[in-house]
Amino acid sequence: MTDKKLVEDFATDWDHTDPQWVNDPFPIWEDLRGRCPVAHTERYGGGWFPATHEGVSKVAKDTDNFTSRTVIVNYGRPGEDALPAPIGVAPPITSDPPFHSIARRLILPAFAPGPVNALEPAIRELCNRLLDNLGDHEIVNAGDEYAQFIPPAVIAKMLGFPPEDEEFFREIIHIIINGVDLEDEAERIERFAPVDAYFTKQIQDHIDNPRDDLTSYLLNVEMEGQKLSIEHVRGTIVLILVAGIDTTWSSIGATLWHLAQNPDDLARLVNEPELMPVAIEEFLRFYAPVTMARLVKEDMDYMGCPMKKDDWILLGFPAANRDPAAFKDADKFIIDREENRHVAFGLGIHRCAGSNLARLELRIAIEEFIKRYPKFELADPAGVTWAPGQIRGPRNLPIRVLK
Amino acid sequence: MKVTIDAELCQGQGRCFAIAPDLFGFDDMGNGIVIGDGSLDESSLKLAQLAQANCPEHAIFIEE
Repeated sequence: MTDKKLVEDFATDWDHTDPQWVNDPFPIWEDLRGRCPVAHTERYGGGWFPATHEGVSKVAKDTDNFTSRTVIVNYGRPGEDALPAPIGVAPPITSDPPFHSIARRLILPAFAPGPVNALEPAIRELCNRLLDNLGDHEIVNAGDEYAQFIPPAVIAKMLGFPPEDEEFFREIIHIIINGVDLEDEAERIERFAPVDAYFTKQIQDHIDNPRDDLTSYLLNVEMEGQKLSIEHVRGTIVLILVAGIDTTWSSIGATLWHLAQNPDDLARLVNEPELMPVAIEEFLRFYAPVTMARLVKEDMDYMGCPMKKDDWILLGFPAANRDPAAFKDADKFIIDREENRHVAFGLGIHRCAGSNLARLELRIAIEEFIKRYPKFELADPAGVTWAPGQIRGPRNLPIRVLK
Repeated sequence: MKVTIDAELCQGQGRCFAIAPDLFGFDDMGNGIVIGDGSLDESSLKLAQLAQANCPEHAIFIEE
């Protein structure tokens, strides 16, 4: 973290990396919904934050007025190293129509329920291997030693990267996500150098030795009669890694964090495993980890705000999920909530392409954890820290296993 | 009564076929599709309504 000025009024000076927002954003959003509801900031070169479900939905579905050229708020705007819209650096998440749907159709089949559900036995086995490693210690770190391992191992397997590189993947994610605070373009490029080098090596290895995995699929698939450029393949791999790892482990971590503090919910899941699919949707609503961003295309008045070209829009899906105008008892966690139109995976054409995989990993990770440890609590409630930035989840999660 | 999915609105959120796998399936892209002609009886109507109430994209329609 840089030594930024602490926020005094989030309505006129919001910052999603401010400690108050990072630790407990929910009262801030509630306050903004009551009196804005679109907040402004001069930080990051200017930006807006709609705090309501209605505002978030409107922006998410409006690809005429907003571009996805970049989706992580930072000090710069896409520089010379960025491919121009509509392709963007990490298609299709950074792509706009009409290119977006072409790029998206390439990857959707790999993440459709059919191929994803086939991974279930492998994920279950992985979770049990991790739980075996945790052993019968009284205190286990459910973040570092469990939640964080699952998504990288699954994605690595899908991409066909060497399993022994899992640890390095997690470093890569931190390098990319934590780039949020880097004002210096040169420093950012320098920090990303090992990431680029690693992907170049893996892609080359797949060119030399094609095999049945997602990387070879991307190298061979044709778009309008042509194979993808190496830049497109690399961008898509970056996307799959960034989008698939930090996000899902944040969800797994937040779910365990909740269960550790709510023994009634934990007991219900242990005793009523058939409740799990419904419960998973409520965990996704209540602890939605992902906030996205857009850039304003042209100067305009929008939702009563004088938006300028290249202003950020912070797309707070987690805030939308707590809007009482869209959810009954929005601020209550209801484990068997029947009607739950949550937007944890976004809305519109950029709906998270990996949502089927994320749900599966989350469900199996929780099922296996509570099977192994049917009773647990937080070992150090005050010591739990939440990741700053656009992916929210507990990073340090020591859990005391109860007999 | 009949249930339909508006393919223009559906973004493959995957809620309908999880809630009512006898009524909804998915295509190669993971988008929801109605199984058969979508005709509903009393018990399947309830499931269709539940799926509708959980679709974030408001892509499910039930016709009299």
